[in-house]
Amino acid sequence: MENIFVNISGSIRELIGVLGLPPLFNEAVMITVKVTGILLFIVLNALWLVYMERKVAGYIQCRYGPNRVGPKGLLQTAADISKLISKEIIIPSGADKILFLLAPVLIFTPPLMVFMVVPFGQNMAAVDLNIGVFYFLAVASLSTVIFWIAGWASNNKYSLLGGMRVVAQMISYELPMVLAVLGVVMITGTLNMSDIVRAQENLWFIFAQPVAFLIYFIAGVAECNRVPFDLTEGESEIVAGPFTEYSGMGFALFFLAEYTNVMLVSFMAATLFLGGWLAPFGLTIIPGWAWMLIKVYIMIFLFMWLRWTYPRVRVDQLMGFGWKVLVPLSLANIFITGVAIKVLDKMGW
Amino acid sequence: MANALGTVSFWILSAVIIFSALMVVISRNIVHSILWLVVTFLGTAGIYLMLDALFLAAVQVLVYAGAVCIMVVFGVMLTRRGNIRHSNLFNSRLIIAAPLVGLILSAAAYLTAASTDNVPLSDGKVPADTVGSIGQWLLSSYVIPFETAAILLLVALIGAVFLAREVKTDDRH
Repeated sequence: MENIFVNISGSIRELIGVLGLPPLFNEAVMITVKVTGILLFIVLNALWLVYMERKVAGYIQCRYGPNRVGPKGLLQTAADISKLISKEIIIPSGADKILFLLAPVLIFTPPLMVFMVVPFGQNMAAVDLNIGVFYFLAVASLSTVIFWIAGWASNNKYSLLGGMRVVAQMISYELPMVLAVLGVVMITGTLNMSDIVRAQENLWFIFAQPVAFLIYFIAGVAECNRVPFDLTEGESEIVAGPFTEYSGMGFALFFLAEYTNVMLVSFMAATLFLGGWLAPFGLTIIPGWAWMLIKVYIMIFLFMWLRWTYPRVRVDQLMGFGWKVLVPLSLANIFITGVAIKVLDKMGW
Repeated sequence: MANALGTVSFWILSAVIIFSALMVVISRNIVHSILWLVVTFLGTAGIYLMLDALFLAAVQVLVYAGAVCIMVVFGVMLTRRGNIRHSNLFNSRLIIAAPLVGLILSAAAYLTAASTDNVPLSDGKVPADTVGSIGQWLLSSYVIPFETAAILLLVALIGAVFLAREVKTDDRH
């Protein structure tokens, strides 16, 4: 069970190898297979997460949530998606047509690109990049521009306000996120995600770096534009922010990107702080990739729990908290980590 | 095979970079200019990738495509006046500029073609861990330029805070 996916990948590789084509072609096919697998994983998970979100919301608000379509309402999301697909895509008359249509197409690209380096289990990263963590931070930062394109191209004041808020918020919270991750990188001395997981064999970094984990989690919630940091789409203030003018599948793609980002931040939290595929208490009877998924889903549940129990913060509170609390705290964390590493080194640990 | 693929990707990337850089200048709408600038930066990151400089490519994406362009966007959105569709203006000094640019370009092209010097290429393999050595160099041999840049950024930061601070108006007087 542990190596089921690695074995599948190996047998596909052998199967193509029989054809006797150049190795470059084989590599291309393997990458295509992996990308398709990851894409399928993301889409199926997003489908499930929408349902899970509504069920969790229902539970917290003492009601049932979707329970009519299919057994226990399981087909609700599929029905919603087919409705969205059949809807007309309306382009506002004053909109920048090309950019307006380009934004929902591009919005899904950065998170998908980052999933290439996520270690789903032992030896299960599609690309085992040496600068994995840094690649995640760099590519994820591209989402900001695309959100802003959507907000600007709609030619709607609410969209533009939402777009500006996205930019301000994501830039402000990217900084503490990077600085928090730096604490982990300082301990391991590597940016490779698989190596970071292996370094947690004895101690998960949530115990070595509790402050960094907290900062990472808060900044992660803000990066995904979710409650309590969902100012960018605050319904009571600016309709739906950058997505105001989008209808049908364009809107659905923004939704999909949001859930992909939530998954991504959860995967990163599990990799950097929760020991990735490593089994706690020596419970190796459950395979590593399943442990990874369990940890990711615990993180996702935390996201949903926050969303349905906390009110939205104000813009000035958001900025003040980011710059006056999280950034100094993460800098202090780096300083203390550096001193501790040196001291423990001198003590001969 | 791999070599041919490298050459093809180099030409595609170069074409993308030059075309998007041209569009940055030509676009009438300054917002389009910024977005083409993002494409230019991403193309440059692609060139770094081809040179096995992974870290540099990621820095290029994070700092230039991710942050610098956003800052430009902010500047434009907060200071714009009038119609943004005609915000990237042209002037009529074409007659002066065109021959000058043409002269410089043709001189550069002639010198490149006439040059017989070979640029020395390192035949060493790219080390697997470039990040560690970059960090070590920055804090040993190049520590003075590194710290100077840090001080410069600090000065810019303080200047920005000073410019953007709240103006206190006293109503009592």
